[in-house]
Amino acid sequence: MRLSLYIGLKWVALGLWSIFVVAPFLWALTTSFKSDNGVTQGATYIPWLEYEPTLEGWATLFRDPAQGGIEIQEPYLASVLVTAASTFIALVLGTLAAYGLSRFSFRAGPMKNSDISFFFISQRVMPPAVLAIPYFLLLQNTALLDTYIGIVMVYTTMLLPIVVWVMVDFFNTVPIELDEAAMIDGCNPMQTFFRIVLPNCGPGLVVATLLCIIFSWSEFFFAMTLSFSNVQLLPPTVVILNSNKMPWWSLSASALASVLPLIIVAFFLERYLSRGRLARAFK
Amino acid sequence: MLQSRYKYVFLWPALFALLAVIIFPLVYTVLLSFSGWSVNRIGLNWVGWANYARAVVDPRFWQSMGTLYTMVALCVLFEYVLGFALALLLWKQSRAGRFFRVLFIVPMCVTPVIMAVVWRTIFHETLGPMNDVLGWFGIPPVNWLSTTAPAFATVIIIDVWQWTSFIFILMLAGLMSLPHEPFEAAQIDGAGPIRTFIHVTFPLMAPITLGALVIRLIESSKLMDTIYTLTSGGPGSSTETTSYMLYIRGLREFQIGYTASMSMLYLVIMLLGLTVFAKAMTRLMRIAPSTG
Repeated sequence: MRLSLYIGLKWVALGLWSIFVVAPFLWALTTSFKSDNGVTQGATYIPWLEYEPTLEGWATLFRDPAQGGIEIQEPYLASVLVTAASTFIALVLGTLAAYGLSRFSFRAGPMKNSDISFFFISQRVMPPAVLAIPYFLLLQNTALLDTYIGIVMVYTTMLLPIVVWVMVDFFNTVPIELDEAAMIDGCNPMQTFFRIVLPNCGPGLVVATLLCIIFSWSEFFFAMTLSFSNVQLLPPTVVILNSNKMPWWSLSASALASVLPLIIVAFFLERYLSRGRLARAFK
Repeated sequence: MLQSRYKYVFLWPALFALLAVIIFPLVYTVLLSFSGWSVNRIGLNWVGWANYARAVVDPRFWQSMGTLYTMVALCVLFEYVLGFALALLLWKQSRAGRFFRVLFIVPMCVTPVIMAVVWRTIFHETLGPMNDVLGWFGIPPVNWLSTTAPAFATVIIIDVWQWTSFIFILMLAGLMSLPHEPFEAAQIDGAGPIRTFIHVTFPLMAPITLGALVIRLIESSKLMDTIYTLTSGGPGSSTETTSYMLYIRGLREFQIGYTASMSMLYLVIMLLGLTVFAKAMTRLMRIAPSTG
């Protein structure tokens, strides 16, 4: 009796939280198919029953701005480009550094490997609002303000700590005997890293990549303060649409289109987290 | 450990990039904080401690710190309790657990500002579903974004929606990595679920709890994106966090020198606060298992 009550409560709790989690997405989805009469009469939820659905909201995403469409395709492309570039550079630099920190001993004055790792990770403490002014002035003086190079540079350093954090942890689980065997067979450290160790680090690399995609795709503060017209990224664009009193259906459609890649990323993230660390830990 | 002359090739590129793009701005901020750089006076002109003297008596600065830390404390508290509870519920689920796990980590993956745009329509006073649903239960409509307490609550609800998922996934990973023996021992001793939780699960989870809380405190003390989209710090300045205020003073009003000095104060206070919190928690948790 008590057990079944407990199980019942548990499913109620899980159900309630699920509703809370999906509610904003469902609301945005239903709103994206509305037109004037579905919005201005108060909240409506069910298409056909409460309002007549149209594809107008989604159509504005693909229409030319001159014909009443909204300028979202270019920012979308720019976001893909910046996310890809900064993720790639951060992965290369961060993975190399993480491998170095995991396999060799470094000393810089009193700082040892663990201190250097911590130094990397501790950069996440810095609030963007503190860094924004010097970045602004730095990029302005090097003529990199509002350019792809400037943005990618800032994004890359924002991502580096995450890559180092994930990969140092991961390399530590790969036995060092593997490297030693390769070195005895005549590989130099670079060959050992690229041919022997890296192919064994798939899951770690995937997790690092997914986290980088999430962080760079979602970055707002730097995107807003360091780019304006040459480089227009997705998050500031959607926020500007919002303050421009864009109708709700177009707004909802563009918001959903903007977070769709991240929902797919979430699916893979769960998969790799549970296959890698979660599953390993479960044994 | 391996030995190689080429080991620096691995570390240097990343370290150099980080030093160039993070340390330089930090040092430069310190310099700026002693300068009178503003719209009318551009350049690094030395004004000594004047900016700091002005900042420590600026009520707006301290008010924003107060707002920030009240928000952060409430957000992280709710997120921790809810995230831990959800992780406990799904801990021993394998099949159905998969579905809920995917669902529950979606919020931490999606862009906060873009979700804030959606939330804005949800909390709209006359057209949004929030007041509509409250109406079903006979609760009169609330002016969510234009009155002080509801605006504060809205920011917290949205933060909890977004970041409970983060605590959830960390705590779930932690629970799954716990050894089985203590739980078997507790079962043999006839301890019920509540006593098992208090005396076994909770103490074993202490280190992960500390890690999760510290990460969340760091991340949430940057709180600004959502505020920017949702309330612009209003009504009045009731939801103005420090990051938001720094943005307004620095990049809107261009009081560069003054903002830099407030940034430094903010950073120092934050680091001190985090250190004290981590120390206190470590001590608290070290005592807990021995008395329990």
